[in-house]
Amino acid sequence: MIESIIGSLNAGSKYIIPLLLVGIPFYGLAVKKVKVYEVFVEGAKDGFTIAVRIIPYLVAILVAIGMFRASGALDVLLGWLAPVLSFFGFPAENFPLAVMRPLSGSGSLGLLTDLVNEYGADSIQAKIGATMYGSSETTFYVLAVYFGSVGIVKSRHALAAGLTADAVGAMSAVFFCLLLLA
Amino acid sequence: MLNYIWFGMMFIAVITGIVNGTIEAVTQAAIDMAKVAVELAIGLIGIMALWLGVMKIAEKAGLMSLIAKVVKPITVRLFPDVPPDHPAMGSIVMNMSANMLGLGNAATPLGLKAMEELQQLNPNKDTASNAMVMFLAINTSSVQLILPATVVALMGMAASEIFLTTILATTCSTITAVIMVRWLEKRKRFALESDS
Repeated sequence: MIESIIGSLNAGSKYIIPLLLVGIPFYGLAVKKVKVYEVFVEGAKDGFTIAVRIIPYLVAILVAIGMFRASGALDVLLGWLAPVLSFFGFPAENFPLAVMRPLSGSGSLGLLTDLVNEYGADSIQAKIGATMYGSSETTFYVLAVYFGSVGIVKSRHALAAGLTADAVGAMSAVFFCLLLLA
Repeated sequence: MLNYIWFGMMFIAVITGIVNGTIEAVTQAAIDMAKVAVELAIGLIGIMALWLGVMKIAEKAGLMSLIAKVVKPITVRLFPDVPPDHPAMGSIVMNMSANMLGLGNAATPLGLKAMEELQQLNPNKDTASNAMVMFLAINTSSVQLILPATVVALMGMAASEIFLTTILATTCSTITAVIMVRWLEKRKRFALESDS
């Protein structure tokens, strides 16, 4: 049953973008008499300025994360935390991914690939990892891009809330996978 | 908070680099990532222009306020500071729908459009408003109905098994994000200057 739902969702999703790209101008042109070409170009002009505006924010965040990853500090940290985590029943194999997920999209995809290669796609480790990967976003990147695009430098409680949600998401991934798939 | 985390990551990296002898890799990573950041931003230009153009049409045609009206019952609770029929609400909803459907490419431009509209309502231009933080937190906790294509490709047949667990986990994290934002926005540490 679930498979057929996923199948139809995935089959339908490939039509969404083309339908939006043609449907919105159609509605504008046919119903509201909008000069679609002129308005499109007017809106599209902002694409360049916004993309360029986020560069300094992205450089700041990605450089710090890149240095942190390259130094091997993450492995040191994981080594210290492993006994604590296994005490609480959090699988040690999945912990690096849980920490990497908010920091780096490509980094966490690499760790997920390692889990699949090492334990197989059918293993509980890979399933927990894939659930973690799919249920969360690269929090630091999203923060830099979204706030950077409008020049926000004081992010207030955004990071605290985002990282707490990531932690709860990772723990939920472990919990639900062990409950439903183990 | 970001000040400390940002500095902390670089500081720890340099110390670990010196102790572990990975200092050259740390230097290389700093140079490489600075380049990657620019490439990522430049790579966004085309897709940003495309979606911002289409969104402008949607806005002119009154579609954004129409969407905003439909989802009013939910959005007024999440974003009490934003006028219910404001176009920002339309962009927010479009962004969330794109995220749910796994349309990452479309979601970012739509989200940045929403941010721009929230910024117009924001009295302190360098400080995130309550609505902006709520929007960001919901985004980073990622409400998804469709698994990312990369996960499906990696997991093969097992992908269908993690469909339900992913939805459950993402629901938990989104609920946490909303509760945390609501709770933290009133704390003295994070309060807006005008509130305190």
